[in-house]
Amino acid sequence: MLNIIWPVFIIISFLYAILFGSIEKLNNSIFESTTNTVNLCLTLIGNICLWNGIMNIANKTTFMKKMTKFFKPIINFLFPEIDKNSKLHEEISMNIIANILGLGNAATPLGIKAMKTMQKENQDKKVLTNTMAMFIVINTASIQFIPTTVIAIRSSLGSNNPTAIVFPVWVATVSAAIAGITATKIFIKISSKGKIKKCK
Amino acid sequence: MQIINFLSNIAMPLIVLIIIGYGIIEKNKVFDTFLDGAKEGLIIVLNIFPTLIGLFMAIGTLRSSGIIDLLTKIFTPILNLINFPSEIMPLALIRPISGSSSIAVATDIMNKYGVDSNLGIIAAVIMGSTETTLYTIAIYTEAVGIKNTRFVLAAALIADVVGIAVSVAICRI
Repeated sequence: MLNIIWPVFIIISFLYAILFGSIEKLNNSIFESTTNTVNLCLTLIGNICLWNGIMNIANKTTFMKKMTKFFKPIINFLFPEIDKNSKLHEEISMNIIANILGLGNAATPLGIKAMKTMQKENQDKKVLTNTMAMFIVINTASIQFIPTTVIAIRSSLGSNNPTAIVFPVWVATVSAAIAGITATKIFIKISSKGKIKKCK
Repeated sequence: MQIINFLSNIAMPLIVLIIIGYGIIEKNKVFDTFLDGAKEGLIIVLNIFPTLIGLFMAIGTLRSSGIIDLLTKIFTPILNLINFPSEIMPLALIRPISGSSSIAVATDIMNKYGVDSNLGIIAAVIMGSTETTLYTIAIYTEAVGIKNTRFVLAAALIADVVGIAVSVAICRI
């Protein structure tokens, strides 16, 4: 998609700049953009490496497994259709915890593993099951305890207090997750009603 | 507001302490484990760097040519009706589609209006509280070869809209 958007952005900017005489500004901005990116990435490298290192410790100890116990009731509520003691239950909670800890790199492979386990039990291999749908929606909601990338960007731009956004992020992300979960539960109810009608 | 600041300040040190403490209790070689993770971090940044260069350049031209100002002017009356800051609109539109582009757009907003300004904070909160929805859906469905995603996109976008609306609202308090 960026193969289309990217050239379009640049071409219309050039045309607009020629028409309205802002070509000098445009010229300067091209060179500024490279410096800006380098500056941003230099600070990002520091913060992302640090956080990735810390989170790797969480990943390699039983910290994550211990956390799954804590999340059991929530997972049971979200995924009523899966067995409480199954391997799938553990895979799903590991994925959600990795997301919460901001371990994007660990979360995706864990999530794909869980999807494959769910697909094995799926009767119609071309359609998402209710459990899969809920699982994906939760993953798109990105419930993250520490929004590391944003904090890194804020500190690279010289913020007085880069972590000041943490609490507002919690409120926003939890609201988004609740909205997504509620919507999914409602959609599941509506679609299951439709199926019963068809059977009659 | 003071409680919010306190919670925001203590969250990071506390979680670092708990994790490292945990590693020591379990006799993990914490520093070696840390180094492995940190190396991975280098690769992450290296991978997004070329994308960011390209996008920063494109967004830079859009802004310096005056097109973004023009678009903002056109949409301001509509966005004012729902009390939504028009400067944030480009970010809200691109956030579900592309992760690295939204980093570029958000950074641009923070740079232009100030990282600690109201708009800068709103942009940061949106980035922290939402995810690249379309990409996430694609990865998980393609991993198992499913084409029919039912209502997932609708539900995920509802979550995004609520997340963005709450981000704007909470920063106005």
